[in-house]
Amino acid sequence: MQDWTRDNGRLVTEFEPNEAAVIRGLVGEIKDMLTARADQAPQDELAELTGMRAGPSTPPEESVLARLLPDFIRPDRDSFEPEAESSDTAGALRSLHEPELIEHKSGVAATVLDTCPERGGRVSLTEDQADSWLSALNDVRLALGTALGVSEEVPEDPPEDQLQREHYYVYQWLTWVQESLIQALAS
Amino acid sequence: MTTPAEVESAQAEPEEAASEERPWVAVVWNDPVNLMSYVTYVLQKIFGYSKEHATKLMLDVHNKGRAVVSSGSKEKVEGDVAKLHAAGLWATMQHDS
Repeated sequence: MQDWTRDNGRLVTEFEPNEAAVIRGLVGEIKDMLTARADQAPQDELAELTGMRAGPSTPPEESVLARLLPDFIRPDRDSFEPEAESSDTAGALRSLHEPELIEHKSGVAATVLDTCPERGGRVSLTEDQADSWLSALNDVRLALGTALGVSEEVPEDPPEDQLQREHYYVYQWLTWVQESLIQALAS
Repeated sequence: MTTPAEVESAQAEPEEAASEERPWVAVVWNDPVNLMSYVTYVLQKIFGYSKEHATKLMLDVHNKGRAVVSSGSKEKVEGDVAKLHAAGLWATMQHDS
């Protein structure tokens, strides 16, 4: 892959077949995880009648999903007031907003799957599609970063474990893909 | 850029003035994964901030661990945090302290 460039207002690059497969595979995995989470949401007839969806009020147990779907309130902050019933509020806000957040993240993932050719080749995006790519690539990096335990001091050396090592290189590569797209969008 | 949140905030203002509650703020927390360039880009895109202002806020997040990126009524800030979550930033809301 080469850097993203602007071509008549569109954001353009080319992917090798294996690069396209990596992106499509990981974005698809995120989309599947989000769909599984959405399927756990409480179902009731009133929600179906009114179209008012309610999500779960507790965060996902898996650390990767929890990072993709964060709480609205940090219960562990000293600055937060004790009388504010923070866990209730956090739960209520999650229940209210999570369905929409999952829908958004699934939507940007779908945009990547729609615009990234299965066998690689040229990708040409509108600015809106490029923004969707940025969000979707970021979600994949959040997921990989969480799974790899990336901290502020990003390890210079790749992990010993074979699978972790592959994830590490993919993470580094996706960082470059995302950075390049940001630079092209900002230019 | 988006309209529903603006409608909400317009509706929320009289309510806010009527109550004695302090305003809410949206806080972005430092995160080892999100790129500095991406955080700046998102803050410009969501809030319409200048590149300079967005960069200053991003550097506060990076150096101080957090930055207040917007404030206002509960409804407005709730909408802001929802947009920040959609972009993948680690954001929360709290009372202005």
